[in-house]
Amino acid sequence: MANMANALVFCETREGALRKVALEALTAARKLLDSGGGAGGGGDVHALLVGAPGISSHASRLADHGADMVLVAEHAAFAQYNPEATAALVADRTRAGGYRVLLVSSSAQGRDLAPRVAAKLACAIATDATSVTLESDAIIVSHPINTGKIIATLALEGTPAVVALRPGAVPPREQPRPVQMQHIEPVGDPSAARVVVAELKQGSRTQLDLGEAPVIVSGGRGLKAADNFRLVEELASAFGNAAVGATRAVTDDGWRPHSDQIGQTGRVVSPDLYIAVGISGAIQHLAGMRTSKTIVAINRDRDAPIFKVADYGIVGDALEIVPALTAAVRAARGSH
Amino acid sequence: MKIAVCIKRVPVMDVRFTIAPDGTTINEAGLKFDVNDFDLWAVEAALQLKEKAGEGEVVIVALGPPAAEEQIRKALSMGADRAIRLDAARVPPDGVAIARALAEELRGGGYDLILFGRVAVDSSNGVVGPVVAGLLDLPCVTAVSKLDIKGDRGTAQRELEGAQEIVQFPLPAVLTIDEGLNKERLPTLKGIMAAKKKPLVVKPASLGSSLVSVRRLELPPDRVGGRIVGEGVAAVPELVRLLQTEAKVL
Repeated sequence: MANMANALVFCETREGALRKVALEALTAARKLLDSGGGAGGGGDVHALLVGAPGISSHASRLADHGADMVLVAEHAAFAQYNPEATAALVADRTRAGGYRVLLVSSSAQGRDLAPRVAAKLACAIATDATSVTLESDAIIVSHPINTGKIIATLALEGTPAVVALRPGAVPPREQPRPVQMQHIEPVGDPSAARVVVAELKQGSRTQLDLGEAPVIVSGGRGLKAADNFRLVEELASAFGNAAVGATRAVTDDGWRPHSDQIGQTGRVVSPDLYIAVGISGAIQHLAGMRTSKTIVAINRDRDAPIFKVADYGIVGDALEIVPALTAAVRAARGSH
Repeated sequence: MKIAVCIKRVPVMDVRFTIAPDGTTINEAGLKFDVNDFDLWAVEAALQLKEKAGEGEVVIVALGPPAAEEQIRKALSMGADRAIRLDAARVPPDGVAIARALAEELRGGGYDLILFGRVAVDSSNGVVGPVVAGLLDLPCVTAVSKLDIKGDRGTAQRELEGAQEIVQFPLPAVLTIDEGLNKERLPTLKGIMAAKKKPLVVKPASLGSSLVSVRRLELPPDRVGGRIVGEGVAAVPELVRLLQTEAKVL
C-alpha cells in the first residue's frame, strides 16, 4: 500500500447544480491513477462536493462516474461559489488526506480556485491541461501554450500537485462504484470570507454554453451588420444543440457581448462541429477554435485563411448561404 | 491610490513558432515581443483609477530579462509613474515560483490594488495573480470584466460559462483583468519621451527552485483543411450531405 496514490477531485457546482466538467474531472482522475504502468497503484478517487445543504444529493452521480468516496461540505455560505472558504477547505482536505494530486476543472470557477489552493499548499500547479498522467516521481500534463500553436509537456514535481483540466478534454465515462459518503466541516467560518459573490446573473438557461455545445456557429465582420447575427442564431437553433460565438472584431464593435468571443483572448473551444460565418480566420480567432473536430467555413473571399483550416468551405455571400443552410439543416434533422 | 501592475513580455503570436534543438524552448530569433494583451488592460485600468481618484501612483512590476525593459517603457509611456524589473534571464514555467518573487517585491509596498492580466497568452496558465494574493493574504478577484471602486470597497463582474458573477471585495486587493473592461490607450509621443526619464529600478528576482519543468515542446499536427465544397447557395446540399455521411455531425 506504500505506493498507493489517491486523487481528490473538486466537483464543480453552480447554484446547487452539478456541472458536467465535474464528471470529466472524475473520469480524468480515474484514468490518471490507472496510468503509468501501475505507478498510481490503482488508488482511490475521492470527490469533494461543496455547497449549500442538500448538495449531497449529487453523491450517487459522482459514484456512478468513479468516485470511491464522496466528501461533502455543506454550509449556507457555500450557496454561491465562495472562493476563499472553498480554497481553505480544499487545501486543508488535500493536505490532510495525503492525496497525490488534486484535480479541478479549468473552467472560470476552477481557474479561480486552483491557484488559490496551490498558494496555500506551496505546490506545483498546471492549468488548462488536455491530458494528465502519473509517473513514479512526477505528474505529467499536456498543456497548449502560445495560443495552441505549441503543445508543452510539463512535469510537476512534489506531492501534492494541482491540475486544472480543460473542459471537454476528457469525455465523462460512467464507471459505477458503491455510494460512500462522508460529511466534512468547513475550515473556519465560510460566512466570514472577505470576497463575496453577491449575485449570479444566469444567462438564458435554454442557451447552451460555448464550452458544452457540440455545435458552434460563429459570426464575424463578414456579416456586415449586428442585425445579421440573427441568421447565425437561426442556424444555431436549426441544429438544436448549438451555441453562438463571435470574433474579437465583432465583440469589440459591440455586436455581441465579450463573453461570446472565441479566440486568443476569449474562449477556447473544440466542438464536434464549428461553423465559421463571415470569418476571415485571423490568428487571434484560430487560436480559439483550431482543435474543433470538423470546421465549416462560409466566406466570400476564396483566399481567406479560414479556408486553410476548414474541412469544408463554401465561397460566397454568407447572407445568402446561411439561410439556405438553415433550411437544409432543419430538413435534414426533421427527416431523422 | 497606489496601484501596482504586474506585466509580462510575451512573443507576438502572429507567427509560426519553431522549437529549439533542446526540445524544451522556443527559438526566439526573429520573434517580436509586446506587453501581454491582458496586462495592457490592467495598466489601462490602473491609469483610469488613478485619474478618477485625482492622485496616486501606478507602479509597473515585471519579472524578466533586460529585454523586457522595452515592454516596461511601453507601460510607462502609457502613463505609469515608475517601474521595477525583477531580473531573471528566463521566466520559469512554475507560476508559484514567479508569484513568490513578485510577492516578495510587492509585500509592504502599501499598494491599494495589485493588478495582473487574467492570463499570459504565451504560458497560458493564469495562476500568478491569485497565487500572489494567497502569499500576501490579500482578497482576490480573478477575470474582472467590470470594476467599480468606491473608497475601500470594490465591486467586480466576472464572466463565467453562460453567466456572470458580481463579486464584492475590500481593498487592498489583487485583481486579474479580463478582456472587455477597457480598451488600452496608445502611448503619445509626449508619453514616449516622458517614459525615457521615468525611474526603472532593477532588482534580482528571488525565484527559488521550480517544481514545474518543461519536458518537451511539440508543434500540434497541422490541420488538413482547404477543401472547397462549392460556391454560393448551390453548394449547400453537398455540404449537408458531407456533414451527414462523412463528418457524421448532422
